[in-house]
Amino acid sequence: MHSLIQSQLRLTLAVIAGAVVILGGIPLLFALVPATRTLSVLGLPLPWVILGIVVYPVVYVAARVYVRNAERIEAEFTEFVGRR
Amino acid sequence: MSSAMSLTAIGLVVLATIGIGLFGLRISRTTSDFYVASRAVTPRWNASAISGEYLSAASFLGVAGLVLVNGADMLWFSVGYTVGYLMLLVLVAAPLRRSGAYTLPDFAETRFESAVVRRICSGLVVGIGTLYLLPQLHGAGLTVQTVTGAPPDVGAAVVAVIVVFNVAAGGMRSITFVQAFQYWLKLTALATPIFVILIAWRSGDHPAGVLQSLQGAASEWSEPLSRAGGRDHPLYATYSLLLALCFGTMGLPHVLVRFYTNPDGRAARRTTVVVLALLGLFYLFPPMYAVLGRTFAPDLVSAGADTVVLELPNRILPGTAGDLLGALVAAGAFAAFLSTSSGLTVAIAGVTDQDLFRSRLHRWTGGDYVAVNSFRIAAVLSMTVPYLAFLVTGSLSLADTVGLAFAVAASTFCPLLVLGIWWRRMSTTGAAAGLVVGGVAASAAALINVLGGPDGGWPKALVGQPAAWTMPLAFITVIVVSKLTPDKIPAGAARSMVRLHTPEAVDVDRGLPSR
Repeated sequence: MHSLIQSQLRLTLAVIAGAVVILGGIPLLFALVPATRTLSVLGLPLPWVILGIVVYPVVYVAARVYVRNAERIEAEFTEFVGRR
Repeated sequence: MSSAMSLTAIGLVVLATIGIGLFGLRISRTTSDFYVASRAVTPRWNASAISGEYLSAASFLGVAGLVLVNGADMLWFSVGYTVGYLMLLVLVAAPLRRSGAYTLPDFAETRFESAVVRRICSGLVVGIGTLYLLPQLHGAGLTVQTVTGAPPDVGAAVVAVIVVFNVAAGGMRSITFVQAFQYWLKLTALATPIFVILIAWRSGDHPAGVLQSLQGAASEWSEPLSRAGGRDHPLYATYSLLLALCFGTMGLPHVLVRFYTNPDGRAARRTTVVVLALLGLFYLFPPMYAVLGRTFAPDLVSAGADTVVLELPNRILPGTAGDLLGALVAAGAFAAFLSTSSGLTVAIAGVTDQDLFRSRLHRWTGGDYVAVNSFRIAAVLSMTVPYLAFLVTGSLSLADTVGLAFAVAASTFCPLLVLGIWWRRMSTTGAAAGLVVGGVAASAAALINVLGGPDGGWPKALVGQPAAWTMPLAFITVIVVSKLTPDKIPAGAARSMVRLHTPEAVDVDRGLPSR
């Protein structure tokens, strides 16, 4: 039981750490490297491309990966308990 | 804008909402139906319903308005509204469903075995819900005013009456269908004008002016951290806003109630993933209105920015096409007020009913009352208080006010849920202390803002975006007080942890694997 909670917590913390580094890093990048504020990608400014479009599919994929792993942990636990 | 056409569209949305509500009345019979739709809603329906309920006036009108005035930094609003569900997914979705509780106070009571913690939670649900209802009523007033020129009180009153009628009539079962329908209506209403405008340009005019507003070297507006619109300390404000939105979502009363309608923990997770897709799709559009508004409705920057979504179709495409699209957008906006307000009212009424009414009614009538009637009285009260607050508060930025509700949730329910689910040694005293400290700090900041806050500099930044200091304050309070009061750790904490984290398959049938 303890190990189930520990594995789930590790997975959760990994997702949060990823979000902190990536999402938290974006304002920092804008602050430390002012050139990125006006950089242009495909005719659109970089901040608008990241915050207006790219961020959403990334969040969705992160959620999919999390759910797959969380269910795998639970399936292993269920099998372990069931076999006992 | 053709007011006749827009009024017809709004009327249709209202009729559809009431129609589905009446249908719900015929099939909802028991109190359990009222609260959680008998827990038999499939993930896809539920995800549409959650998104429909979540996308409020702040998302439909407010985000575009803020971006129009303040530029790139405001894009974080829609990012935060979405990432909030990722945090909800990884931190609380499945355990919360497995707790088996109906409402937030239920969760608090089963986990901490304390009526005091429960009562504090009930108070917070009412407080956060009221703070969140306020901008919905303002949005409704604004929309009716833009369409017809009628004073804002009229639109707000219309929404208030319809929501109370619908909630009291059908409870949550009908709400689920109404909400699911309203997500798709809102997405259609917001996306269609953009596509029509793009197609119109392909066949004639050139969108060069629009792209210039994004690229112009002189434009501070398109750059992040530029203080466009006069917001000081943009880096602090960005982080604080992000924190409030990411960790406040899980503590919103109407969001949580909705999660109990999932059949099990796994469905709760899968529902959340679909929600993330639906929200991401929706939030592609509000910034486009802001960019177009910068070129075609620059007068709105100084006054009435929150109406940019409503005004734009007609500004760009005069004539019948613009009228039709304007009517569609007005209908979508009304769907936004109705759905979010309904969800909030169900949540507030549920808590008021259970924790304030039921026991008193029982005492007064000697048990001779119908439970459903008590819920209906609570529904009326839940809307009356925010409506009175609406009458006394002046003009508010829709998305900013909603942001404050998120900040209060992030400073109260977030620590309660996150630590309550993952930390066995959290004590009852720690829970109560965290709720009180975080709640008082964040609510004070919210109240100062609603009543007209400080003029500028750090005081304005700290009070305008309080989450960066109130949320850590609440977490630290819970942890320190819990460490100091180890004898107040609930006796059943270990058992609670097992229930929160064990897959249902293990309890139901030990012989079968979970899939």
